[in-house]
Amino acid sequence: MPDDIFSLMRDSIIAGAPDTATYLARKAIAAGTAPLDAINNGYVPGMHDVGEQFARGQMFLPDMMASAEAMRAAMAVLDPELKKLGADRPTSGVVVLGTTKGDIHEIGKILVGTLLTAHGFQVHDLGADISGEKFAAKAQELSADIVGVSALLTTTMRNQKTVIEALERSGIRAQVKVMVGGAPVTRRWAEEIGADGYAKDAMSAVALARELMNQKTGPRTPEPIGSGKVV
Amino acid sequence: MRPKFEMLDNALIERILAEAFQLIKDPGVRVAPYVEDLLRGVGIPVKDGVAHIPEPLARTALQSVPREFFLYDRNGRPAVHYGGNHVHFDPGSSCLNILDPQTQQPRPAMTPDLVRLIHVAEVLPQFAAQSTAMVCNDVPPEIGDWYRLLLVLWYSEKPVVTGAFSAYSLHTLIDLLAIESGGREALRRNPRAIFDVCPSPPLNWSEFASQNLVDLARAGIPAEIVSMPLAGATAPVTLAGSVVQHAAECISGIVIHQLAQPGAPIVWGAAPAIFDMRSGKTPMGAIETAMLDVACAEVGKYLGLPTHAYMVAGDGRVIDAQVEMESGMSAVLGALAGINMISGAGMLDFLACHSIEKLVIDAEAIASAQRLLQGIEPRGASLATAMFTQTGLAGDFLKLKETRALFRQEQHFPSSVIDRGLPQMNGGGILDRANQRVEELLSAYKRRPLPPDREEEIIAFAEREGQKFGLKRVGEILSRVPDFEGAPF
Repeated sequence: MPDDIFSLMRDSIIAGAPDTATYLARKAIAAGTAPLDAINNGYVPGMHDVGEQFARGQMFLPDMMASAEAMRAAMAVLDPELKKLGADRPTSGVVVLGTTKGDIHEIGKILVGTLLTAHGFQVHDLGADISGEKFAAKAQELSADIVGVSALLTTTMRNQKTVIEALERSGIRAQVKVMVGGAPVTRRWAEEIGADGYAKDAMSAVALARELMNQKTGPRTPEPIGSGKVV
Repeated sequence: MRPKFEMLDNALIERILAEAFQLIKDPGVRVAPYVEDLLRGVGIPVKDGVAHIPEPLARTALQSVPREFFLYDRNGRPAVHYGGNHVHFDPGSSCLNILDPQTQQPRPAMTPDLVRLIHVAEVLPQFAAQSTAMVCNDVPPEIGDWYRLLLVLWYSEKPVVTGAFSAYSLHTLIDLLAIESGGREALRRNPRAIFDVCPSPPLNWSEFASQNLVDLARAGIPAEIVSMPLAGATAPVTLAGSVVQHAAECISGIVIHQLAQPGAPIVWGAAPAIFDMRSGKTPMGAIETAMLDVACAEVGKYLGLPTHAYMVAGDGRVIDAQVEMESGMSAVLGALAGINMISGAGMLDFLACHSIEKLVIDAEAIASAQRLLQGIEPRGASLATAMFTQTGLAGDFLKLKETRALFRQEQHFPSSVIDRGLPQMNGGGILDRANQRVEELLSAYKRRPLPPDREEEIIAFAEREGQKFGLKRVGEILSRVPDFEGAPF
């Protein structure tokens, strides 16, 4: 029975079916399955599979968005159960994402968030037009590992620097890695403002986030993009 | 007969417009506080920052838009004709990177790069207008927009497609243009530049964009709405759905603009793209992107408005067959669609990079498209029989006086960029030929100075504005360089 339900959970993620994912999570809890088992044996392998298929060009972004939605639906059931047990959700790292102050463009950041989620990161998307202080406050609240700052415009790109300054003011800069991206952003700009990394697109943001986590926690066995392993 | 390419029939255009009018009423259009009173003043409800524009008011605004207008060159001659099926091209704009001419690797664009591009575009007849093509990374971002316009006005006599980076800096750019034109009234009478203004998809006129629309209308300087639905990401995935959104964004922008100043010149422009569902990129060279460009322009033409589109850009990261196939195809489609201003030449890598070598290759595609537009013309009373009367079946057409008289009208002769088997071609690749062509064009460029008093005023302007951001040599750059060399800062 558990193997069957884990297989169905995996399939619900691959199919991008949030209702099924929710139903299966509730059913598993009712049947006494440990929430961590449901996550590690059912849903995470589903996201793992999705990440691999996307990397191979066999899945497309709308499919992946649907899978991420199904994952969120399952976690909405399982997270409270984990908390009841005093356990934490397994994660590759905690990421706070947002678009800089004055910039309302979200799509690139949403893609990064979706791909990071698919690869086992716990992502908190603050949305667009976010001040440095809000980034810092959320990073502090969640003890974030990484802050990702997006900007689409040359004019708002400058506010990426204000996020780093806000992290410094709040005294958590040393604990948080900062990655920046967006159409006008370059590696040179990232270096100039003191960011820890720059990603040209959503897929390279995943590789970068892993590298930054390695820097934080020490080297691990490298994982290919799409492996989605949750540590 | 001039050849023509169309994507939509009238019935579909009517459906597109009907849904666009529906969208601007409900869910409405997000607008900035700067224009709320303007809209409320004519009875348009604005609630929680969202304007709900009734169709009759929108149609009134559309009616007051000029059907045609000109941009003028430095000498006051009409040089770009917006309206009808007039077709013009200008280089792509606001790029941060350039393919280095030596290494062909992307790097941040600097002042000498922009100056070189201006020189090349100035000499090439394919470009009716310049653009403020690059953002120079060797100056502070705060002066990025007026600095590039300063360089264009200094080195070029052609009209300019430009844009401001903020609501405030628009006025700095207008001040600069007014100096160059000999005053505000001269600028209004013979506008040298047009300003791109971009709504944020979907259906959002931000503070900066709203303010630019109003301020341009009041200054009498043409505005070009560049609506950029990304099909499947920030707009409906269907091409028809994205064209509806584009129309709604343009119509709502026109409402704001015409309420600020009825009759002010404005262009129905577009930079749409599909959203690639594998990479999340927005391919400018995709055929569906070109289809969107053409369809968006067709809706504007149906309303009788001047049009613009972003085409002639490719997506590869180096100058290769892909990039030029994409650029060439869209140049031809844009021209056949009769789009008044087609921006984008020279750009590659999803608009992330400019290349002067690509610009000269694109110029050849544009020249071919321009030849195509001339179509096939009957010349003389007989099409062929009169010439056969002279040669019989011997076929000595090369000797006929008609051949000598007409071949220049019939055939377009590309530059040395295109290999037509001439002995001097030496068998090199297109990049070699493009490099050589760039050098030829740079040698052919000669700057024509402005009247001394205007030059002095421009230098003083540059010094004054530059000093606000700690730059002391902006004016000096201009005064010492008829032919710009080296890095300025």
